[in-house]
Amino acid sequence: MADIMLAHPAEQSAAATHRKPRPRRIRTALLHVILATIAIAWLIPLVSALYTSLRTFADGTENGPWSFPPHSLTLENFVTAWTAGGFSGYFVNTFLVVIPAVVLMLLLSSMTAYVLSRHRFRGSKLLLMVFIAGLLLPFQILLIPVYRLSNFLNIYDSLGALIGIHVAFELGFCTFVLHNFMRTIPKDLTDAAAVDGASVFRIWWQIILPLCRPALAALATLEFTWKWNDYLWVITLIQSTDNATVTLGLSGLRGEFVTNWNLITAAALLAAIPTVIIYLVLQRQFLGGLFVGSNR
Amino acid sequence: MTTMVRGVTRVLGRKRALSLDRVTLVLFMAVPLIIYAIWVWGPALATIAISFTRWDNVSDPQWIGLKNYTRLFQDPLFKQSLINNFIWLVVFITIPTTAGLALAITLDRRLKFTRLYQSAIYLPMVLSLPVIGLMFTWFFKPDDGLVNSLLGLISHGKIAPGWLADPHLALVAVMTAACWRHVGYVMVLYLAGLKGIDPAMREAAVVDGANEWQLFRRVTLPLLKPVTIIVLVITIIESLRAFDLVYVMTNGLEGPNHATELLATMMFNAAIHNYQLGYGAAVAVILLLISLAFIITYVWQVMRQEEEL
Repeated sequence: MADIMLAHPAEQSAAATHRKPRPRRIRTALLHVILATIAIAWLIPLVSALYTSLRTFADGTENGPWSFPPHSLTLENFVTAWTAGGFSGYFVNTFLVVIPAVVLMLLLSSMTAYVLSRHRFRGSKLLLMVFIAGLLLPFQILLIPVYRLSNFLNIYDSLGALIGIHVAFELGFCTFVLHNFMRTIPKDLTDAAAVDGASVFRIWWQIILPLCRPALAALATLEFTWKWNDYLWVITLIQSTDNATVTLGLSGLRGEFVTNWNLITAAALLAAIPTVIIYLVLQRQFLGGLFVGSNR
Repeated sequence: MTTMVRGVTRVLGRKRALSLDRVTLVLFMAVPLIIYAIWVWGPALATIAISFTRWDNVSDPQWIGLKNYTRLFQDPLFKQSLINNFIWLVVFITIPTTAGLALAITLDRRLKFTRLYQSAIYLPMVLSLPVIGLMFTWFFKPDDGLVNSLLGLISHGKIAPGWLADPHLALVAVMTAACWRHVGYVMVLYLAGLKGIDPAMREAAVVDGANEWQLFRRVTLPLLKPVTIIVLVITIIESLRAFDLVYVMTNGLEGPNHATELLATMMFNAAIHNYQLGYGAAVAVILLLISLAFIITYVWQVMRQEEEL
């Protein structure tokens, strides 16, 4: 992004020659005021949820939910959600679904992308289209058969049912992104390895995959977030609380603790922690992933 | 003699390796494709078939031809869902996309804290929809939610809409949450697009004396056309897929008087809650038919760029 920022000609020439320093400075300041207001407004739902979650239920009922300063500040709601609310179990379940699903979908789609990007054959274009077209299908069109399929495979109400649909559905997007990335890898590289007698499998595993690390990292962060946040498939394929993931547990909590919003907001924030951490730590990879996804 | 044998074994070995490579290639292509067929394309086609049947999930499905569809077109709930989906689409395609584009153009320059602003606006995209739904339910709570507390402060308690409980406002509340999330998505897609524009193009326009609006209107926007197509398609598909927020915020009850009913929620309730699999499938097929035009546009756009590269 830096190159574009540096190459903003109008600003640069003005800054360099100091022709109109004062109106420009006022304009920049005004811009910052507007942008900061928007950014703060954007964070209000989160901040107000955080404020609620840090107060006790009694404090809210006695002094009103928005009284400031708060009469109580406590992590008690988070602890309750984690233990009595069952979130420790939901977290384990979600990790058990998301991690295998992401690893599998990346492995499988990197195979397809490798074949489609290195070998042109009759119908290769059509196959790529099959994967890309599937990526935008409304989930509802898959719902009933996938629900029945999970019954048929005897994996209904188990984490395996979720892993299956997650891996399969994301093959479209991952193949598309990895295919785009692999085409930028020079063909000479793999050709040379092939002349030296490396098998197709070795070229994929020891040359292509290591070179694709940036794309794989971007996809992994993006897919982790999407799968962590899935709700539709969980409510379709999971029934028992023992197998519930974070999103299902959260909506269940709503039914259980109807009026205790201090607890519900704490649980909601708890559910968001992994993805927010990943986003803040791996921001570059994260946005990079979307850039690839948006075709560039 | 020995050299000849060695030569033969080498050739044979090579051949074996070649066929092994061939097997690898076929497997690499076939395994993912089969999984994709079983879980994605197969079910998509199966839903179309199911939509012509009556099926309660217990006894065998019964072929009833187009009856699900004729029933659908007389169902007031279906009409309500179509209207709500249409409202959702129109709002989604105007408000968050314009805001996202404006933010992208503003933030795509040398500016202090630009990353910080971008992060704040993109943050909602990493939250799950149930999390967002619950936060906004709390936000719009009629008696003591933040919105009504502020409104009460300004109007001395005279204005206190029921939001999610009010049939006229429920959709507004849900859509506020949806737009809040979508702006960041659009912004990031456009930021990516702006990154791909050759700075020389804009420099040339500035040298020619274009002002900022002209620069945007005549140079930047046309250059962003491929991104705009992707943004529009994604926005449309997202509004057709919309489900989670409505389901969470109106507690699975489709809102007061079905005020927030969408095709996706109607489909889910018919198929999963009421065990009318055939009827639900028919709704899903309608959803697919509406999506199809946009899916084709997307694939066409992507394949065209494919050829250019």
